[in-house]
Parts: sequence; structure tokens; C-alpha cells
Amino acid sequence: MIEVKNITKVYKSGDIETRVLKGISFSIKEGEFVAIIGPSGSGKSTLMHVLGCLDAPTSGQYFFEGKDVSRLSDDELADIRKKEIGFVFQAFNLLPRATVLRNVVLPLAYANIPKGEREEIAKRALLSAGLDEKTFYRLSNQLSGGEMQRVAIARALVNNPTIVLADEPTGNLDSKTGEVVLETFKNLNKQGRTVILITHEKYIAEKAERTISLKDGEIIEDIINHRSKMVQQIKE
Amino acid sequence: MLITDLFEETYLAISANKTRSGLTILGIVIGIGSVIAMISIGQGATGSIETSIQSMGSNLITVSPGFQRSFSQVSAGRGSAQTLTMEDSETIAKEVPFVQAVAPELSRRYQIVAKGKNTNTQVVGTTASYPGVKNIEIDQGSFVSEQNVSSQSKVAVLGPTTRDDLFGEGTVPIGETVRINGINFKVIGVTKSKGGTAFGSQDDMIFIPITTAQRFLAGSDHVSTISVQAESPQVMTQVQTEITNLLLELHNITDPQMADFSVLSQQDILGAASSMTNTMTILLAAIAGISLIVGGIGIMNMMMTAVIERTREIGLRKAIGAKRLDISLQFLAEAVMLTFLGGVLGIILGSGIAYGITFFAGMATKISLFSIILAFSVSAGIGILFGYWPAQKAAKLNPIEALRYE
Repeated sequence: MIEVKNITKVYKSGDIETRVLKGISFSIKEGEFVAIIGPSGSGKSTLMHVLGCLDAPTSGQYFFEGKDVSRLSDDELADIRKKEIGFVFQAFNLLPRATVLRNVVLPLAYANIPKGEREEIAKRALLSAGLDEKTFYRLSNQLSGGEMQRVAIARALVNNPTIVLADEPTGNLDSKTGEVVLETFKNLNKQGRTVILITHEKYIAEKAERTISLKDGEIIEDIINHRSKMVQQIKE
Repeated sequence: MLITDLFEETYLAISANKTRSGLTILGIVIGIGSVIAMISIGQGATGSIETSIQSMGSNLITVSPGFQRSFSQVSAGRGSAQTLTMEDSETIAKEVPFVQAVAPELSRRYQIVAKGKNTNTQVVGTTASYPGVKNIEIDQGSFVSEQNVSSQSKVAVLGPTTRDDLFGEGTVPIGETVRINGINFKVIGVTKSKGGTAFGSQDDMIFIPITTAQRFLAGSDHVSTISVQAESPQVMTQVQTEITNLLLELHNITDPQMADFSVLSQQDILGAASSMTNTMTILLAAIAGISLIVGGIGIMNMMMTAVIERTREIGLRKAIGAKRLDISLQFLAEAVMLTFLGGVLGIILGSGIAYGITFFAGMATKISLFSIILAFSVSAGIGILFGYWPAQKAAKLNPIEALRYE
């Protein structure tokens, strides 16, 4: 479903060129739960921006569902983000002073979903992200961190995207709420959704089925996490 | 994004920061308000000049003498000539079609004495058709009659102001005697007050038969102007041309450039007067327009701040699929909404000022649909003009950098 071939990303600042990604290739199949792990400066955020169609690679190819998206214009990329990708950010990035429901309705507005259907779809997404109806009409800046991140997850899911990209989703949360949020992602994956998780914490990466480790812009390891699979199997 | 979504977003954004939005709008309110007030003052002035010209008589054409030319081509100035005669006036009445009435007049200022009081005023020698032509009504007694004109009677009709000056306010001076240039005249009537016009008061006058004026006061049989009333506004131009042609013929002049008279219609005078007031209106509106530009810059300033403040929000919107157009429309709509609100409030403020001026200063003002439409479109235009740059700035933000912005 996702295939990247020899992707590089070079940032130019004056005469200095910084090679952030140095030829990365891998593919992700539908329904996978992948963690991309690496220390800061390893290029994992840049990789996520490329995977999330927020940025185009300097060279190499990126096939999204068989379509090469590495040379598309800003607006064409926006279209893919709108329909195919759900983002969850470390800093939540909710609209302050807007209700929870309004935050989740927003992507539907950009996707031109008829007005009458929006609230229904948004409410379903909020419920599936683990929020109860009492929170729907509260202002988003009055929520707790865990609730905020679950609103953000609901927002990411509301357009029924092909993949969910989470950039350090537990970075701003305490370990207990972080645990709950990770559990939410696992549930999403179980429902058949492709989840890509970017993190620098090993124990978080281990929750995923597969871990891609980055260092200095290159893949140093790409392993299937048997432990998490086994744990899952035992649980079931 | 639907239009209604755009409105919703705009409403939320503006109401989220009411104080700042309010203060920014204030600049536009004052700008639009002063434009509306200034235009209303200008148009009010135009209106009152128009009414005063109308009050001089409807469908009025005035024939006045031209230059007195001697053989040496030295001109003594327009109006100085004594080229118009009673015969001209009578021929116009007889031969020109569509003429309703003709009133020749011979006027000059004289010292008037009555019962020891005296005043200096315009003495108008005229005929019985004068009140009809000039929209003058009689308050007491009667006007100069045909009989008076043909028998050169020494009778006088006073204007209300002249009556007040000579006999005191509210008196009935019928039958009294006034001395004009040393000759006694019997007062037979007083005209109704018309109020002052931009071209002198028609209340401060004395009317006497024109024949009397020619024989006993001026000592010549010329007339100083001939007022002609056309039957309808449609025939004005035709009557004007006919009069010109007739007089050229009567005065034996072949070259119209050399005419020793001029024929002016009310429209001509009106045109000159309104071009003057229009210039004044434009000047006032231009000064007010400057404050509108200042207000627009205020809008731009606020929008720039908003774009910076909401950088992360813009980043997020882009991440969830907003295109450049979506973002720029959002900020543009916000700017236009602000100026539009300012425009509405400005129209209310401007109308308030205009009514205040009429109420307290007694100056005529007129708020026209034109100035309201102008204010609306100018305020929306300013929103687009001054909102465009911030909106473009927002639309061009890189989503990644915007999301990282602290």
C-alpha cells in the first residue's frame, strides 16, 4: 500500500546542505502497525512528513496505493491528506475556543461532506476514540491531555483515512494516559486500520507489530516484533 | 468548504477576539461614517441650491442684455447694454411658440422713503405676468395690473422685507405712500415671503409698472431683463433657440457670436451651481476617504497579527487537507467581514451625524442611496484590498513549519 524507493531529503540553508534522509526504501502493507523509531536528528520526523504527504522528497519515489505522489503539487498533496491520511500530533493541535465536536467536524468541512451528516459522523469517530458524549460540547482547551489526544485521534479518523500517522502521540502525556492512548491505536489497528507511529521511546515502539529503526537518515533495522504479537495472541 | 462554513469560521474568529475586532472596525466605522456625512452635506447643499433656483420660477428662461459694443470694440461688460426693449418682449410673447408668459423687467436700486423711514432697495418695473413667471404670491392687496401698466400709474407693491423696513413688521401699508427717487407711489399690495435664495432675497423688492419705471425713473424705454416661462420642461431648449433666433433677427445681427443679448435657462444656472457643489462634495469625500485608508491599514495590521497568531492552526488546517485557496479565502472573508461590519456601523454613524447637523445647525443634508451603495462597496473593497496580502501570507505557509511554530 505504501512503498518508498530510495528516498532522500536535502535541506539547503545558504551554502550548507543537510542530508536528512539518505536513500530510504521500505513498504508497508495494509493493516500493519508500524513504529518508526530513532533518536532526535535521525530523520524520523522528516520521513513522517514525506509519508504524510506534507512534504515532497528531494529524490526517490513514493507510491501511495500504487500512485507516485513524490512529484505532486501542494494542492494535489492536500487532496491526498484530506482523503487518505489522518494525523495525530504530539502537541494535539486542537482549535482552542472551539468545541470538541467542532474540532472533529473540521476535516469533514474541508472534504465537502454535506452539513447534515457531519455531526453524526463526528460523534461516531469520537465514540470510537473512547470519548463519551458528555465531552462533545466542551471547549477543547478545557480537556485533559489524554482527552485532547483522543479528540485528535477522532479528528484523524473522521474522514475514514487509509493510514493514521501519529507523531510522538504520547510525548506530552504522562505514562498512564499515554498507555490509554496507545491502547486506542492498537484497537484501531485491530479494526483493520494501518497505523504508523513515530517515537523515540523503545517501549512504545515495542507495542507495534513492526519497528523500523532510523539513524542518521538511514534504516538500521526493520524487524517484526514477535513479543507484541505473542502478547496479543496470549491475550486473545 | 462551503460558503456557510466560511461564514461560520469567520464569525467564530471575529467573535473570539471581540475587543480587538471592535477596535479595528472602529477605523472603518469612522472612515465610512465621515464619507457618508460629508457626501450628505454636499448633496444637501446641492439640493437646497436646486430648490432655491426652482423657487425663482419653473421652466424659466431669462433674456439679458449682452455687451455694449462701440465701434472701437471696447466692451463695457456683459449686462451693461441697453439693447432689450418692450418691443422685444412683446414680440417674444406673440411669435415664439410654447411660451406661457413673458415678463419684462427694468430694475435698479433706489433710495426709498416712507413716513420718515428710508431704505435702499431694488425697484423692479414689470408687468402683470411677473408673479406667474417668478412664482410670486400676493399676501395683501393686489399686484400691478395690466391697467396700471398701460396708464403708467404710480403704484407700488412691496416685498415683505421692504414693508417691514419701512412700515414695521406685520403692518398693512395698503394706501400709504412711498417716495422712490423723489416721486410718490401709492402702495397697492404686499407679496408673500419666499425666503432668501442663493441669488438674493426676492422679499426685499418693490414692484412698480414697467412703463412708470421707464418714464419716471429710468427715462428710457429699454428693459433690463425679460423673463420667459415655457409651457413645459420638454420645450425649454426649443423655446431658447426660438428666442435667440427671433432676437437676432429683430436686432439685425447675422453672426450669433456677436449677439448683444444672452438667453439663459434655469438649467444653465442650475448646471453651473451644481458643478460648484459637486466639486465641494468630492473634496469633502476625498478628505474623509483618507481616514478610510487609515482604517484599512488597521484591518491589514490586525489580519497580519491574526495570521502570525494562528500559524499553528493554519498548519493543522493544511495537514487535514485545506488547500491554499481554502486558507486564503478564510482570512479574506474575515477581513471583508470586518470592513463590512464597519461599513454598516459607519452608515449608521454617518446618517446620525447628518441628522445631527440638520437638527442642530439647520444645514440641509441628504443621504442618498448612491452614497450608501458607495460606502458598502468601498468597505468591502477595502477588506479585499487590505486583506489580500495577509491572506496570501497565510496560504503560502509551509504546513510543516507552521505546525512547529511556537
